[in-house]
Amino acid sequence: MDPHLLRKLNEARRERKAAIMLTDLADGRNRLVMKGDPVAGELGEAIEKAFRTGKSGTVEAEGQRFFLKVHVPSPRMVIIGAVHISQALAPMAAMAGFDVRVIDPRTAFATPERFENVDLVADWPEDALKDRPIDAFTALVAVTHDPKIDDWPLISALKTGAFYVGALGSRKTHARRVERLTEAGLGEAAIDRIAAPIGLDIGAQSPEEIAVAILAQVIAALRKPAQPGRD
Amino acid sequence: MTSQTIAQATDDQLDPLMVAERWMLDGREVAVATVIETWGSAPRPVGSHLVIDAEGSFSGSVSGGCVEGAVISEAAGVIASGEPKMLEFGVADETAWRVGLSCGGRIQVYLERVG
Repeated sequence: MDPHLLRKLNEARRERKAAIMLTDLADGRNRLVMKGDPVAGELGEAIEKAFRTGKSGTVEAEGQRFFLKVHVPSPRMVIIGAVHISQALAPMAAMAGFDVRVIDPRTAFATPERFENVDLVADWPEDALKDRPIDAFTALVAVTHDPKIDDWPLISALKTGAFYVGALGSRKTHARRVERLTEAGLGEAAIDRIAAPIGLDIGAQSPEEIAVAILAQVIAALRKPAQPGRD
Repeated sequence: MTSQTIAQATDDQLDPLMVAERWMLDGREVAVATVIETWGSAPRPVGSHLVIDAEGSFSGSVSGGCVEGAVISEAAGVIASGEPKMLEFGVADETAWRVGLSCGGRIQVYLERVG
């Protein structure tokens, strides 16, 4: 393994960037491919698929055998609003493998008693996300339906290409949200990415059921993106 | 926030490729073993890494502990020669049975030197 590429790979992983270490199994030579790097032919297709599925494996291409080790950052979930739904969603999402943070500037909601063993930040999203900005491997779930709290993270998530962006609120609330986000300069395609009403339509009623509907929708966005290869 | 930071730090401590980089920067000679193919019920998935230095110190895993010993003993040769090596362990293999891949699976491990 090329020591220089090993360092570059680890650097990419620390920066939460997706990368593939390619090894030619005949001569042991490596190549580091970052997500979005153009690679032609059969190998390019295999690389694209590996990034999409996150699965490492051997590939026969151009008459050679390669090993593709896929490094994809662990998915994060940022929940805006320390509400009843979040109390159910945070532990469920953690169980499903997400690295979860709950953010709410309203200190009456964001109390450790309500969120035991959860990474909880009682601050404005702008400040609470300084040390870990929203990225492409983050799901943003905004459930306060207070524009003062929800709008900034929603805009940030749409701009940084978070793999999932969902917002709680009635159709009326969402219509007003669309107006505000349009005024903020976001295009229709970006705004359309917001899952609203939030969650899969499973007829969920209780906060716990709504949490299941949201988590299922987030997992679908992660594992079955609507337009594979879009990025 | 702190629990997350600690989790991150621990991950880095245990992550085999991060370990390989640290050892390399310390001037140690390092080999990386990678599970590249599995058949049947293999204990560790494709892509799992074990890193080994010239003294036989190791971090990570390519199985549930059953074939690590064999991989580590092969590592010295790979570190010395610089030639990568393909290793295979499975129930059909006498050696593998002895080293104990008792789960009934078969794995292929690629062993290479860093540098």
